[in-house]
Amino acid sequence: MVSLRERAWAAAAEVTDPEVPVLTIADLGVLRDVAETPDGVEVLITPTYSGCAAMNMIAIEVELALERAGIPGRVRTVLSPAWTTDWMTEDGRRKLREYGIAPPSRSAGRRALFGTDEVACPRCGSERTEVIAEFGSTSCKALWRCLACREPFDYFKCH
Amino acid sequence: MATTSITVAESPLVLFTLRRADDALVLGHRLSEWCGHAPTPEEDIALANTGLDLLGQARSLYAYAGEAEGAGHDEDQLAYLRDDRAYRNLLLVEQSNGDFARTTVRGFLYAAYIDPWWRAMTRSADPALSAIAAKAEKETAYHLRHASEWMIRLGDGTAESHRRTQAALDLLWPYAGEMFDADAAERGLIEAGVAVDPDALRPGWDATVNAILDQATLTRPSATFVQRGGRVGRHTEHLGFLLAEMQHLQRSYPGATW
Repeated sequence: MVSLRERAWAAAAEVTDPEVPVLTIADLGVLRDVAETPDGVEVLITPTYSGCAAMNMIAIEVELALERAGIPGRVRTVLSPAWTTDWMTEDGRRKLREYGIAPPSRSAGRRALFGTDEVACPRCGSERTEVIAEFGSTSCKALWRCLACREPFDYFKCH
Repeated sequence: MATTSITVAESPLVLFTLRRADDALVLGHRLSEWCGHAPTPEEDIALANTGLDLLGQARSLYAYAGEAEGAGHDEDQLAYLRDDRAYRNLLLVEQSNGDFARTTVRGFLYAAYIDPWWRAMTRSADPALSAIAAKAEKETAYHLRHASEWMIRLGDGTAESHRRTQAALDLLWPYAGEMFDADAAERGLIEAGVAVDPDALRPGWDATVNAILDQATLTRPSATFVQRGGRVGRHTEHLGFLLAEMQHLQRSYPGATW
């Protein structure tokens, strides 16, 4: 027998990131928990960055997913513990790479934030790459270029 | 202006939180003014991203200030329905963008302060503030590095970029001292372990600023005069214009939504 919590988790876990549609919020680690309440469920999500513009959209999508599954519930945003790219699943990393975005290097300590990254080109796999700009098309990405195949690409920053 | 301003009951915790929320919102808004106007596309994106991080920090802080006040004010009301005299931000962050050098210097002086400030705030006795800090400190680390790189590039660049950056530094320097103020309201929070003693951050700020100015071949201004007032609502002429633009829609069409 599948519990209400498990059904709600499965429904919420289908929701994808509107900015990176190959990733679900479960892949990203944005979906934190589902708790059963007297009148349904409460789904906890956490933002990647403080100003992530996708959060409102994700909350609405989760509410719609619950409704489609026939589960009464609400969504609550929590800040603590702070999101880190370490929570991204292996499956998520693979999907990102296949989509053309270099996944974050492992372990997002403060040293990893600063320049020691070795980023492999998601197209040709070469590690001869360089940063073009530390800020990219969304808060979570930086702009890189491959020196082997000359393609520019997005890199999902360690955070 | 159709909508009446709100009045906030400023307990020490509400005031402390509002001050930092106002810093983040005002600087974030300033950076948004660059959108579509920065010198290169990469820089346009960097300034907009930095502004977005600050806006996100401001939202979390406003939401908490409203909760701490307990009068039902939400983040939008706190941002849109207070006049300039009720804004509590540092004078530094409201200064107009000027040229790219001035925007860079303003961002650098603030980031060199706020990045270690947020890191220290992760150990705040207030769990809501320490949770906001744990997110913000990772973001401001990027802001500081980005601003530092531009300080060096502009200061040690051409004669013209050096001249403009030194002029911006001389202009903005008197506003930096206000970051290290703590009045009686904040002293109590510092003793309770909720707030950080800004004075303790000064040696680190000096070290960061001196190291970057040295690499940038810029001269640290010798002026010791501090221009203050923002924390108690006495602002420079610039804030009123910023708020007029930012608040216009909500004041003229109260409660308008997308």
